[in-house]
Amino acid sequence: MALNAAAYAVTVFLLLPTLIIAPMSVGPERLLSFPPKGFSLRWYAAYFEDRDWLRATLFSAEAGLISAVCATVIGTMLALALVRGRLPGKGLIELLVIGPVIVPHIALAVAMFLVFEQLRLTGTLLGFAMAHTVLALPFVVFTLLAALYRFDVELERAALSCGAGPLRAFRHVTLPLIAPGLVSAALFAFIISFDEAVVSFFISDLDRKTLPRKMFEDIDFNISPTLAAVATMLTALTILALLLGFGLKRGLERRARAAGTAAEAGP
Amino acid sequence: MGGPDGMQGRVAVQGLVKRFGPVNAVDHVSLEVSSGEFLALLGPSGSGKTTILMAIAGFEYPDEGRILIGGEEVTWAPPNRRNLGMVFQRYTLFPHMSVLENIAFPLKMRGVGRAEREERARAALATVRLGQMGGRKPAQLSGGQQQRVAIARAIVYRPRVLLMDEPLSALDKNLREEMQIEIKHLQREIGITVIFVTHDQTEALTMADRVAVLDHGRLQQLGAPRELYEAPETVFVAGFVGETNFCEGRLARPAARGEAVMVALDGGGTMPAIAAQALPAGGRIKVALRPERLRVLPADGEGGTARVTEAIYAGNATTLMLEGQGGQRLRARVPAGAGLHEPRPGEAVRLSWQPADARAFPA
Ligand SMILES: Nc1ncnc2c1ncn2[C@@H]1O[C@H](COP(=O)(O)OP(=O)(O)OP(=O)(O)O)[C@@H](O)[C@H]1O
Ligand SMILES: [Mg+2]
Repeated sequence: MALNAAAYAVTVFLLLPTLIIAPMSVGPERLLSFPPKGFSLRWYAAYFEDRDWLRATLFSAEAGLISAVCATVIGTMLALALVRGRLPGKGLIELLVIGPVIVPHIALAVAMFLVFEQLRLTGTLLGFAMAHTVLALPFVVFTLLAALYRFDVELERAALSCGAGPLRAFRHVTLPLIAPGLVSAALFAFIISFDEAVVSFFISDLDRKTLPRKMFEDIDFNISPTLAAVATMLTALTILALLLGFGLKRGLERRARAAGTAAEAGP
Repeated sequence: MGGPDGMQGRVAVQGLVKRFGPVNAVDHVSLEVSSGEFLALLGPSGSGKTTILMAIAGFEYPDEGRILIGGEEVTWAPPNRRNLGMVFQRYTLFPHMSVLENIAFPLKMRGVGRAEREERARAALATVRLGQMGGRKPAQLSGGQQQRVAIARAIVYRPRVLLMDEPLSALDKNLREEMQIEIKHLQREIGITVIFVTHDQTEALTMADRVAVLDHGRLQQLGAPRELYEAPETVFVAGFVGETNFCEGRLARPAARGEAVMVALDGGGTMPAIAAQALPAGGRIKVALRPERLRVLPADGEGGTARVTEAIYAGNATTLMLEGQGGQRLRARVPAGAGLHEPRPGEAVRLSWQPADARAFPA
């Protein structure tokens, strides 16, 4: 009980700054203030009228979509290979996948910057997509490993015995059953890319930058409540995505349980 | 698939070897199953039954040996190209598809059109007597029903061979017996070759035309149920199939298979038997004798050869626990109502048997 209370207290404390930013974003004044003296959506309007903000958002969305798709496809194949394959050096591959989680982001960012500079990839969509794919990959792989371990391999064998080739068995049996995990992994990957600030900071250039990088610049040059409005929307989007992902995961679990009871149900 | 019609359901396993690390899961097994035959693979846990079935199905590739189906070698063909039906031990219906969709799935994989698919799936569902259940999800069926759907899914595309890996082991006893009869009927009706894995000897003996008994990956004996029971060829088969008394002793001179021998029992006395295998001179011998083949006679004052220690009445028969002169423990079964002598515990009795019923093996 006491532990629960403590946990809630810590959570609230951590969330407080995020929660304060929302009321600050609806204040009518030109300077950020708390509590707000009134209610106005002018800073939201300002965001939508500012071409720089919109360009940065669009760029982030593009990078997020591409890296979500790439990370999901590559991550699914990786997870499948790790679970099903008889490949040697599995441990090493796992270590490489976890790498981006363990290595400090700033170190990763510097390393990527140095390499991308050489390859003229800074400030390009391709560069961002690649960097963010690497960052999102571990989360995708973990989500899918969990889904695949829960999946009954015997069902794939059953599909093969029914005359389906390996690809069709995957498409008709495995894929539908791990789909919720897959979608939640993709959402997660998108959010990781969309939120990512450290690496983006390094590999952006003057006119090709992501939303978080643009926010950094705004803090430096002109702290306006628009920043609070953007931050609020970003938070809302993240929470929404996480809730969606969580809901899908629950769906997956329910399905797995349904399959489980199917296997256990007595006469 | 080539070959005349009568051969398409033939399965041949030739010199099959499968190793998992140091374990010989299957050790030089050869067997042939003819078209329309029901073969049971019987053996204790870990004897290699599933591994043989998986090699036939294409889920395991052998280290040595060949697999032929319908006269055609399929040793290295992938499972989806073997056109076999398969029913697994656990219920493996696709949980996201309805019962009907499950059954239609193999037809879909074979490019059968939607209307025909549905019609044939319905017919297969009727064959396993679940006509009304097509719209349900597998999770809404009982275990027995799920296994029937799995059978329907495995026969809907009319494969020539149906492989079953302990399909009934998860069901309770009554349902299991009901399903045994049903599967047997179905097999006769559609004339399909069945290879059926089980560790339940009653199931094997009652369902199969022939039974292959396995132990430690080796084929011990392949024969009709009656042959296995009445003329086991190895000690293992004698002990594994049905109930048996084992008496240990020695043989003075070598004997060829089928020869009548006199075994000198360890506790004294001799025992007439026939050699189930070639027997070496001086080697240790085990004689197997079924409880119901042991005749228990009154001692008639001339001094009995055994004493009754216990009599267990079970309605249709009485099982007697006996102690021989040399201290051997034996069981005898006396059927009820045949007017036979039913001795009481403590009574001295005489034992007799046909030498042909006592089978001597090298121990
Ligand atoms: N994939 C595997 N990896 C390692 N060893 C295996 C594998 N599959 C089977 N074995 C081993 O091979 C031997 C035969 O196994 P198999 O599953 O064929 O036995 P079984 O007769 O089907 O037994 P059960 O009645 O328990 O199902 C066993 O010793 C088992 O441990
Ligand atoms: Mg098995």
